[in-house]
Amino acid sequence: MILVIEQLLNGLQYGVMLFLMAAGLTLIFGIMGVINLAHGALYMVGAFVGTWVATETGSFWLGLPAALVAAMVTGVVVEALVVRRLYARDHLDQVLATFALILIFNQLVVLIFGRQPVFTPMPELFSGSLEILPGLFYPMYRLLIIATGLVVAIGLYLLINRTRVGMLVRAGATNRDMVRALGVDIRLLYTLVFGLGALLAGLAGYMTGPILSVQVGMGEQILLATFVVVVIGGLGSVKGALVAGLGLGIVDTMLRAFLPTLLLHFMEPSDAQAVGVGVSAMGIYLLMAIVLLFRPKGLFPAEG
Amino acid sequence: MKHLLSAAILLALFIALPFIADAVGQSSLMILGARMLAYAIAAASLNLILGYGGMVSFGHAAFFGVGAYVVGILAYHAGGDPLLGFIPGTNQMLITLPVAMIVSGLVALVIGALSLRTGGVQFIMITLAFAQMLFFFFVSLTAYGGDDGLIISRTNALFGLNMRNRMTLYFVTLVIAVLFFLVLWRIVHSSFGGILAGLRQNERRMSAMGIPAYRYKLVAFVLSGMGVGLAGALEANLLRFASPDMMHWIKSGDLIIMIILGGVGTFFGPIIGAAAFMLLEFYLAGWTEHWPLILGAILLVVVLGTKGGIGGLISRLTGGRT
Amino acid sequence: MFLNRIAAATAAALTLAAPALAEDAVKIGVITTLSGPAGYLGQDARDGLMLAAEMEGGKLGGVPVEFLVEDDGLKPGNGRQIAEKFMYDEDVKLMTGIIFSNVAGATVPDVVANDVIYISPNAAPSTLAGEGCNPNYFVVAWQNDALHEAAGAAAKKLGYKNAFVLAPNYQAGKDAIAGFKRTFGGEIAGELYTQLDQTDYSAEMAQIRAANPEVVFQFHPGGLGIAFMRQYQQAGLLGQIPMVLSEPSTDAVVLNAVGDAAVGVVATAHWNRDFDNEANKEFVAAWEEKYGDRPITYYASQGYDTGKLIASGLAKTGGVDDLDALRAALKEADFASVRGDFKFGANQHPIHNWYILDVVKDDSGVHTKTREVLLENYGDSYAEQCKM
Repeated sequence: MILVIEQLLNGLQYGVMLFLMAAGLTLIFGIMGVINLAHGALYMVGAFVGTWVATETGSFWLGLPAALVAAMVTGVVVEALVVRRLYARDHLDQVLATFALILIFNQLVVLIFGRQPVFTPMPELFSGSLEILPGLFYPMYRLLIIATGLVVAIGLYLLINRTRVGMLVRAGATNRDMVRALGVDIRLLYTLVFGLGALLAGLAGYMTGPILSVQVGMGEQILLATFVVVVIGGLGSVKGALVAGLGLGIVDTMLRAFLPTLLLHFMEPSDAQAVGVGVSAMGIYLLMAIVLLFRPKGLFPAEG
Repeated sequence: MKHLLSAAILLALFIALPFIADAVGQSSLMILGARMLAYAIAAASLNLILGYGGMVSFGHAAFFGVGAYVVGILAYHAGGDPLLGFIPGTNQMLITLPVAMIVSGLVALVIGALSLRTGGVQFIMITLAFAQMLFFFFVSLTAYGGDDGLIISRTNALFGLNMRNRMTLYFVTLVIAVLFFLVLWRIVHSSFGGILAGLRQNERRMSAMGIPAYRYKLVAFVLSGMGVGLAGALEANLLRFASPDMMHWIKSGDLIIMIILGGVGTFFGPIIGAAAFMLLEFYLAGWTEHWPLILGAILLVVVLGTKGGIGGLISRLTGGRT
Repeated sequence: MFLNRIAAATAAALTLAAPALAEDAVKIGVITTLSGPAGYLGQDARDGLMLAAEMEGGKLGGVPVEFLVEDDGLKPGNGRQIAEKFMYDEDVKLMTGIIFSNVAGATVPDVVANDVIYISPNAAPSTLAGEGCNPNYFVVAWQNDALHEAAGAAAKKLGYKNAFVLAPNYQAGKDAIAGFKRTFGGEIAGELYTQLDQTDYSAEMAQIRAANPEVVFQFHPGGLGIAFMRQYQQAGLLGQIPMVLSEPSTDAVVLNAVGDAAVGVVATAHWNRDFDNEANKEFVAAWEEKYGDRPITYYASQGYDTGKLIASGLAKTGGVDDLDALRAALKEADFASVRGDFKFGANQHPIHNWYILDVVKDDSGVHTKTREVLLENYGDSYAEQCKM
């Protein structure tokens, strides 16, 4: 039982990370209609710059604002120089341009930081484990990630539902042309949203630094899973990103943890292992295929 | 007329390529040229649904890999134990290529039948999802080398030709490519091609005219998968190697990039795009180890600065005569 | 600091772009992986190789050499394409550099069939080690399986009776677990295959804790391994359940990125920085002078050994005109390897010692310290299948 709860928490933590990435991506897609493959690059920028500052200063916490600012500034610059020219283009041009950005960012990181993975320090305060239930010790840092994700979720909820900017964001996700027609400074709104998405990606990148490895190409590793979350959740829907992110994180973790053991009841050990791993590797894609077959627009489609 | 001219120029270039390569002392261009042809076939096949039909598949590398593995697995069993106990292996190109196309077509039928229930970005993602599943399948397929790939000891045999000779191999590939493009030309300019274009522009109107949209799109998807499978089978013959890397999502991306680079929805665009992309990669990598940076910059300039890719650019420079 | 690095990198790029063209220099084709997450492997192997030549003033074995270096981008097709270019356009007779088995699979068979000598500084898949062996194919590094057989032997030698084993679900991962089991011989408390694109190992940690084995063996290359080790520590398992690792999990770059989370782990290797032999001291000193604080990985040592092997061959033949003579000279392995004793087996793969190392932390950071010899003059199990 304790194992199940622990795995649930693990799934939750992974899901929260996916949500942080997916929230920005889904907003960028929903409001500007841009498929941004370079979202993973912003995640990488956050991780590298944050780690660099943390290593130079010796403080994890100083790295945090650095990561956020670096990712956001990069995002805003990318928006102004490249993405802005893509709004009127079709998805194919966006795919090609943002793919080009991936190549460029990866190689810039090689030039600036070198090819080897770097070490992100763990904050002293959160390096231990906490006994959350009798007999269940859970790493504090992972709890911190979960908490961060939930705070961001609440913050985004308030921002989107309670502020004027949020209203425009909602309107933009539902009907882009309408907002434009109303005379809102759409360019500023776009830049804001893109910057916010980049900031969240940078946050995700830096926060995962101490548990994952910070290296060139780390953005592509999480990019596909993020897109899966965005599509399952429904394009443009932050609520969808949250539900799909958490759901996917939990399903993925649970499959990996329990499927091979479960299959042992039905087949030979070597087969169970092979099939179990195979299915869990395909798990998130299988899940997306199934969701889309029944709900072609995802769980919470924002477009009306 | 102008198409005939473009075709003649392209064909002349490809026929001359081995001789030019020899003359300038870069005979490695021959295998590069043959691989360009294979990728041109793949990109053009994808362009059938992507450019003409408006269906953006991000998972076509799956068929490329399936085609390659058909050649690899058949060769692996040639002269040895039959596959699954009853399918004899073979090393004859006249058998392996059609089988590669049929198997890719069948896989495309399944993937297409499910994927075409969605559209737009969801279609992009669901095709990607199926390709990833196949990728992971082949990665864990230990019997055929898994991630390390499958080494094919000999190039497929054809009419007793010496397939070890690179010039022979190149021209065999060229003949197959020419045949493929002739068939593709017929498809694109048939009533089927017209309906496909109509579906891209306005699916609702076509449906109202009594056209079964889903069925037409599915047929196009299967044809496209078969073409890409043929390309994969050729690549496997050229490299004498098949690996899951051939169905990685980056490869699907490469195919799309080739199409955009050359010109979406044009007949010759994918050929130009495939050639341009591979030449760029080849020469940039030879020039500097930081080639991805330059390749990225060039792609960015092309997409932001030109409309309709290189094909469109040429078309405008020559006053619309491509 | 940023600008410095950019300047250094650009300078490196420029020197590569315009290699010094010496008259009659022997061309050595280097196909390696420089882009993507695994780029540092290729970079180190290349730099080690070129260092050997630089120390001799641009020569190997008294013969001037010119390196042609290209990035395969970890794409087998690109590797093959580069090999074609080297063979036909540049008339290269000697190639090396490939890091990954899949690139080697697409490239090496064709290269050696065209009577070009290929010397592997890293990858050595079993398909090319047994029946697929070739007189033109030499391996300086190790046969892939041997890496993990060493870890299994170490676990056995240290007296562990049951082990929990994990690796990604792909060929190298399965080979790793098979190799470990072959020499370990004990009970397997649990066997888990992870995913190649997995970043979070918390599910596995929980299962390891539940199984409570005597020792854990895991093989996760590059970034996967870094994530695994850090999460092992964060899950509170480090210090609780000992871990034995094969060499790729503890290269100097990985240890730098893992930090404290690796201290106390038992590593196995065929080379370590602290080896007490003249060749190694010379190599370490030269590396430190040239690359400063960049950690020395065993990839660099293998690149360097490759250079020294080529030098030993060229010293006897004076060039690549007589390939039979060069092959014979290379086969003698008449050079001072940084790992100590080195000779080739029947399949031209190395026979050398394997060692047990401890991961320790001191003033110079986290690094491996040699404990004792584990396997003496160890070859590989494919040599007997090789008929040349």
